[in-house]
Amino acid sequence: MALLDVIDLCVEFPTRRGILRALDGVSFSIDPGEILGVVGESGAGKSLTGAAIIGLLEPPGHVAGGQIVFDGKRLDNLSQEEMRAIRGRHIGAIFQDPLTTLDPLMSVGKQLIETMQTHMKLSDRDAKARAVQWLEEVGIPAASERVFAYPHQFSGGMRQRVVIALALCAEPRLVIADEPTTALDVSIQAQIITLMKRLAADHGTSIMLVTHDMGVIAETCDRVAVMYAGRIAEIGPVENVVRSPHHPYTEGLMGSIPSLEARVERLRQIDGAMPRLNAIPKGCAFNPRCGKVIERCREERPVLLPTATTMAACFRANEEAA
Amino acid sequence: MIAFIIARLLQAIPVLLVVGFISFAMFQFVGDPLVALLGQNFTAEEADAMRHNLGMDQPFLVQYVNFLGRVLHGDFGISYRLAKPVGELLAERLPATAELALCAAILSLLVGVPLGVLTGIKRNALISRVMMMLSLVGVSLPTFLIGVLLILLFAVQLGVLPSYGRGDVVHFAHWSTGLLTGTGRVALILPAVTLGLFQMTLILRLVRSEMLEVMRSDHIKFARARGLTPRAINFHHALSNTLVPVITIVGLQLGMLIAFSIVTETVFQWPGMGLLLVQSIGVADIPVMSAYLLLIAVVFVTINLVVDLLYFAVDPRLRGGGK
Ligand SMILES: Nc1ncnc2c1ncn2[C@@H]1O[C@H](COP(=O)(O)OP(=O)(O)O)[C@@H](O)[C@H]1O
Ligand SMILES: [Mg+2]
Repeated sequence: MALLDVIDLCVEFPTRRGILRALDGVSFSIDPGEILGVVGESGAGKSLTGAAIIGLLEPPGHVAGGQIVFDGKRLDNLSQEEMRAIRGRHIGAIFQDPLTTLDPLMSVGKQLIETMQTHMKLSDRDAKARAVQWLEEVGIPAASERVFAYPHQFSGGMRQRVVIALALCAEPRLVIADEPTTALDVSIQAQIITLMKRLAADHGTSIMLVTHDMGVIAETCDRVAVMYAGRIAEIGPVENVVRSPHHPYTEGLMGSIPSLEARVERLRQIDGAMPRLNAIPKGCAFNPRCGKVIERCREERPVLLPTATTMAACFRANEEAA
Repeated sequence: MIAFIIARLLQAIPVLLVVGFISFAMFQFVGDPLVALLGQNFTAEEADAMRHNLGMDQPFLVQYVNFLGRVLHGDFGISYRLAKPVGELLAERLPATAELALCAAILSLLVGVPLGVLTGIKRNALISRVMMMLSLVGVSLPTFLIGVLLILLFAVQLGVLPSYGRGDVVHFAHWSTGLLTGTGRVALILPAVTLGLFQMTLILRLVRSEMLEVMRSDHIKFARARGLTPRAINFHHALSNTLVPVITIVGLQLGMLIAFSIVTETVFQWPGMGLLLVQSIGVADIPVMSAYLLLIAVVFVTINLVVDLLYFAVDPRLRGGGK
């Protein structure tokens, strides 16, 4: 059984000029221990999907439809207090910018202890011992001496390691990592990804990994979901989506990754831009930019259906498969 | 740390010298001390003798240095009006003003900070909107009007609180306190509220706007994502991150409370330094005015130092320590 099932999720923002639908019928699932990559242009709704799952949409944004089922239990209709007890304990989160994610006035050890004691019955001594263990586990040198150091005494990469320790310290089964390496130095990005991958394997944690980096996706993830304008365009095992995408948008995305074998080929860019939320076209949201568009794409909205190797929301891809 | 304190004290010296100079200059340019000391009728010889005794025939700079020397020994001269040493007069009045200012400060903090947090967190709730409206009144009404209105309501109409004086006081060595007697405590209520109301509303609005700012920050979002309780988030992580600006303002305001308790003390006939100053200004009692000016300068310098030390206590980034 899947650990997380997101079914037909819709997120809306009421505004003065009417309701903006930012997520529209998003469905996917994550299995225990699985790493799901989520890619898409900025504004596609990746962060909102994560925020909806951990119940931290910023009002007036709210879940307007669909279900979020975690470990067999619905999350989308829980009270705030019930949802709080799930956050950190069952579903952890890693944010983008480690320089601003930690409380600057509290030592890293205290932040760890506080998080663990909120969710688990632990004496101060045990909690401290565990805090040191966690810092060691994420690779902070001299952890026992630095446990009560303050965030500003660590470098950016080290701070992201602390953030990872904080996300994992109450042993959640799922971690939502929203662009965890985007703000880091390129030389450190790989280390952080490797660390996350190792910890996930050691603790059997599932990860929803939002990133722009197709290279990271290809190396790290089991499956990958491609989002476009608040919808899922294509989802499937990572090698299938990367090597043989079926949705024209995914093809475009993969075309824009520089690859070693195809060095000679010029990088391809998809013409045009993703539509704004108040101007999503009828039918398939991608149709104005699509090279394979047919009449039906402008009228009818495609749903996720199987292709030869993936699931794609595209009439042309589904036709080929049929 | 100790080096820092010493550096700050050294920086305070020029400030105090300048204020001291102004204090000193008051003697030179406001009124004629000879008239004050000798009366209207005196001979030229008497005047010269007096000038010589007072060192007034010496060069200006020498007089200034002598003045500073006397001040450092606690000698502020003799009040023209009361014919008593000014140091003694101020020492007598200091406890009344200190108690009033401290109570007003504590009151404004105890009420202002929690209400600021509350209105910052529940900024759309009805109670928050009402608080903000009321605080606008508090910020904009002049102190004397608040005092008069409170007297009208609680002393005249309801007759439950005294409208003037300090009640009974108990003496300990050089200190006198009204906090230990019933009448003393009751007498403190209206003046403290009057003096503290403005600061309270100011603190409330400051804490609120800082809270709104901090609540949007990434580390608060992450604290939520870690599943911390609202209590830990609001009072631990959010409030502590608003403290640096709040400490700055509260420190300055405490100085203001002491310096400008003048109005409140006048309205309530509170026997503190403010009232003494007002009475002294009326008759150009220069020694008192000059000593008061110096005292207020020392108060501000001290508060600034304490504020800087509190920064250190609150923010580890200032305490240094490398990577
Ligand atoms: N508070 C908000 N009000 C209105 N629209 C919002 C709000 N927050 C996010 N959105 C919209 O939701 C869409 C998805 O945002 P997001 O999930 O942050 O994208 P990304 O895929 O880059 O993480 C964007 O078009 C954004 O404009
Ligand atoms: Mg995002």
